[in-house]
Amino acid sequence: MSEKIPAQLKYTKDHEWASVDGKVATIGITHHAQDALGEVVFVELPSKGKTLKKGDTFGVVESIKAVSDLYSPLTGKVIDVNTSLTDDPGVTNADSYNKAWMIKIEIQDPSEVQAMLSADDYKKLVESL
Amino acid sequence: MKKTPLNQTHIDSGARMVDFGGWHMPVQYSGLSQEHQAVRTKAGLFDVSHMGEVTVEGEGAEDFLNHLVTNNVSKLVDGQAQYTVMCYESGGVVDDLIVYKRANAKYLLCINAGNIDKDWEWIRKLAEKFPKVKAANVSDQFSQIALQGPLSNEILGKLLPSAKLLGIKYYHFIETELLGQPVIVSRTGYTGEDGFEVYAPAAQGPAIWKKIMEAGAPLGLVPVGLGARDTLRTEMKFPLYGHEIDQDSNPLDAGLGWVVKLDKPQDFVGKAALLKVKAAGSPRTLVGLKVLDKAIARQGYEIFDLESKEKVGIVTSGTPSPSLGYPIAIGYVKQGLQLPGTKLTVKVRDRFFPAEVVPTPFYKRP
Repeated sequence: MSEKIPAQLKYTKDHEWASVDGKVATIGITHHAQDALGEVVFVELPSKGKTLKKGDTFGVVESIKAVSDLYSPLTGKVIDVNTSLTDDPGVTNADSYNKAWMIKIEIQDPSEVQAMLSADDYKKLVESL
Repeated sequence: MKKTPLNQTHIDSGARMVDFGGWHMPVQYSGLSQEHQAVRTKAGLFDVSHMGEVTVEGEGAEDFLNHLVTNNVSKLVDGQAQYTVMCYESGGVVDDLIVYKRANAKYLLCINAGNIDKDWEWIRKLAEKFPKVKAANVSDQFSQIALQGPLSNEILGKLLPSAKLLGIKYYHFIETELLGQPVIVSRTGYTGEDGFEVYAPAAQGPAIWKKIMEAGAPLGLVPVGLGARDTLRTEMKFPLYGHEIDQDSNPLDAGLGWVVKLDKPQDFVGKAALLKVKAAGSPRTLVGLKVLDKAIARQGYEIFDLESKEKVGIVTSGTPSPSLGYPIAIGYVKQGLQLPGTKLTVKVRDRFFPAEVVPTPFYKRP
């Protein structure tokens, strides 16, 4: 598996990824997403403590031309936010899986993790686009 | 989707293609910022073949055009072009366009791609009042390529006699040959840089594009998509139909009074309405805004007074500015709030960000 779609992560059809460690999920957008957006110029993220249901918008990522909603793949409470993206939104393009993590949430329903796409499934989705 | 004659050229170049108002067009090639900067520092090549062209000739053509548009067409000499708008009776804008006066009292109008059908129907109907005038929609007959940037003269000078090119004044044009084909080369553009727009027979588009790219690539010429075209024109506060001007906006509010010649002898469509606006004063006016705290204000976002929290305006266009490094916006604000330095606030989704009225154009050539 190429590092454009790390094998150990889970994915959504809206091009978000989640890295789950116990009750904490770290969430960001995929390599494909940042590539499709082009240069990211603004990232708006929620405040700590916000509760999100699976499918809720948790913020936006903006390119020069467009505003794209960010969708939470899981239900839970926001426990950490990557505020460095406000100062340096371009990190989203440079390092979408590591430095450009967006939020960490305390997940409420582990079964939602199973329902996410595997790396293989996400790869198939991207190839079909 | 409609395709320009250069469609395959863009696909072969690896352009990111999008549906642009029903046209299959390149939004970017190498990247929006790079393309934008290339136009400001070297040169960029744009396919604008989707734009429309209408010819007007015959007895009474000048009178007809003076009735159709707000600017004074009688001021044109052969080989000169003029930016203008055409209005509805209400004073709202049908479209903005460029009128080219060719030899033998023949005119060419260049209109917006998204308005071709509407404009042509409008022109055709009005021309019925001038029975000897012959108007034709020739949009399918042209490819149009824009070469823009400080190196434009040098690049095009490799294909056409340099002396001829240097002699073309801003908003003037020549009719000459390129690759053995008749072309119009005008010193016009939508970027704020020096440059040319080349009108060629439709089928010649790809060959001319290739020739200009070959001449310019060693100097840094790059293909540029519609994404950068928009950031470039926004930095210049050039209006875009559907944003700063539309059927509900009049040219006076939009700061285009300079193309509205209320004192020309002919009665033009919309004159009565515009005289009223002039007499009463525009209740709102178009300004440039610098948006603070990195937030990007976009079309439709509301503008509020900082203290009273009263809604005082609306954003018509907005984008990060690659040349300036901060977000800029164009918008209408209530009369009285247009002085540079006026502090306002813009609503971006559910948050408010400070913004300041700044002089325009936002970008000035060094």
